[in-house]
Amino acid sequence: MRLIINKIFLGLSIFSALIGLAFLAWILTTLFIKGLSSFHFGLFLNDLIDGGLRNLIVGQMILAGLASIIGIPLGMAAGIYIQEYGRGKYADVIRDLSDIMMSAPSIVIGAFVYAVVVVPTGGTSGFAGAIALAIMMIPVVINTTDNMLSLVPRELREAGIALGASKYKVIIDIVIKAAKVGIMTGILLAFARIIGETAPLLFTSETSNYFSLDLTESFPSLTVSIYDLANEPEESSRDLAWAASFILTVLVLIINLSGRFITRNKK
Amino acid sequence: MPVLNIKKFSFTYPGVEHPSLKNINLPIKRHAITALIGPSGCGKSTLLRSMNRIHDLYPGNKYEGKIEFTDQDKSVSDILEIKKENEFIELRQKIGMIFQKPTPFPMSIFENVAYGLKIAGVKNKTELADRVEVALKGSALWKEVHDRLDKSAMGLSGGQQQRLCIARAVAVKPEILLFDEPTSALDPISTGAIEELIVELKKDVSIAIVTHNMQQASRISDFTAFMYLGDLIEFDKTENIFLNPKEKKTEDYITGRFG
Repeated sequence: MRLIINKIFLGLSIFSALIGLAFLAWILTTLFIKGLSSFHFGLFLNDLIDGGLRNLIVGQMILAGLASIIGIPLGMAAGIYIQEYGRGKYADVIRDLSDIMMSAPSIVIGAFVYAVVVVPTGGTSGFAGAIALAIMMIPVVINTTDNMLSLVPRELREAGIALGASKYKVIIDIVIKAAKVGIMTGILLAFARIIGETAPLLFTSETSNYFSLDLTESFPSLTVSIYDLANEPEESSRDLAWAASFILTVLVLIINLSGRFITRNKK
Repeated sequence: MPVLNIKKFSFTYPGVEHPSLKNINLPIKRHAITALIGPSGCGKSTLLRSMNRIHDLYPGNKYEGKIEFTDQDKSVSDILEIKKENEFIELRQKIGMIFQKPTPFPMSIFENVAYGLKIAGVKNKTELADRVEVALKGSALWKEVHDRLDKSAMGLSGGQQQRLCIARAVAVKPEILLFDEPTSALDPISTGAIEELIVELKKDVSIAIVTHNMQQASRISDFTAFMYLGDLIEFDKTENIFLNPKEKKTEDYITGRFG
C-alpha cells in the first residue's frame, strides 16, 4: 500500500513539474519564433521613431542603472544596519517592513511615486522612473545583504576585533568581503528583476519615441514601449513589440546566468 | 610578577541573574603557559574572553573586580576600566587571541598577516614585508607559503590556517596570547605542530590557553587552573595539579570521574 501511495505521489510531482516546464518552454519558443522573425540588427541602430529600439534599450539601461545607484547603497547600508548594528525590536521592524515592501505590487509602487514625485514636479520624468525602480530594488538588496551577512561566522568578526580593528573596519574589510559573492549575486538578481519591470514606469517615466538623456522629461523605456506597441493596431508595431520582448528576455537571462556563474566560480 | 593579575573578578552575561564567573583570583605568569581546564560551562572561555574584553562586542555584560595588566601605560593597565576606542585597540594589539575554529580573513596570506600591522599604523612596504616574513617564520609557516603569499588564505589546510592566525596575532608583537581551544578542530598531526609552536612562543609572549584536552594541558602548560561552575577551584604548577591535587574536585576531574 505504501509503495502505491509513493508511486502516485511521485507521479503527481513529476506531472506537475512537467506542466510548469511545458509552459516555460511554450513561452520561450513563442518568444523566440516571433521575436527572431522580427529581429534584425538595424533595431540597435535606429530609435523608435525610425522603427528601431536603440533609444528604448539605452533608456531602460539608464533607468535601471540609476535605480541601482540609488538602491544598492541604501539597501546595503540598511542590510548592514539590521545585521551588524541593529538589535532587538528596531532591526526586526525594519526587516519585517522590508519583507512587506518586497511583496508590494509593483503597480502600487508606481502609483506611490506618481503621487509623491510626478504630481509635485509637474510631469513624468526619468528621475521619477528611476526612483520607482529603486524602491522596487531596495528591499531585495536589504534582504540579500542581511541574509548573506548572517552567514558570516561570528568568529570571523571576533578575530578582527581581537586584532584591534574597530567594528566598522571589521565590517568593511572582513565581513562584507566574506559575503561579497552572495551579495553581488543578489544585487545582480535584483537588477535583473527591475530591468524587466513595466508597472513602476508606466506613469512615472512613461516612454519616449526619441533618444533622450534628459532625465527631467519623459524617458524612453523598453518595457513601457512594449506595452504601448502591443496595443497598437498595426502588425509592424506588434512585431516590434515581439522583437523588443525577445531582446529584453535575452538581457534578463544573461544577467541571471552571470549571477549564477559568479556564485559557482567564486565558491 | 605576573603579567596579568585577576583579582576578585566576577562576570555576568546580559539578561542573566547569576554571574557566570564568581570571585576569581588568578595570576597569568610571564613567559609561561597557563592552562585553564574544566568541564563545559565552567566559565574557562568566559574568563579568557574577559582578558581582552572581546565580550564587549556584545553589549550588556557586567564585570566586577579587577584585571591588572602589569608594567603598562595607564591607558591599559586596568583592563576592566578601558572605555575609549583607541585604548581597546592598544589592549587588543598587546593581548592577541586565537580561536577554536581557524579564522583566516577572506584575503591573501600576506594581507592576513599584515592586517594587524596596518591597524597598528605600519605603512612602510618594506617594513610590512619584513614583519610578515618574521611572523610567518615564527609560526613555522614560511616554508610552506613563501611562494604563494598573494594567494587566498582560504586555500590553506585547517592546520595551516590556524598557524596563519597565530602568525597574524604574533605579527603585532603582543605581550600575551590567548588561545581558546586552538586545536579542537584539528587533526592530531596539526595539533602536534600547534602545540610545539605554542611552547616555542613562550620565550616571546605570555600565554593563557583554554583546553578541554587534559593531556594537552599536562603536555604544554607550566601552570594549570581548574575551574568548575564559575569558580576557580585550584591553581598551581601543572605537575602539582595533575600529580598531587589538593582539592577533591580537581582530583575527580583529572582522574576522569566526571566532566
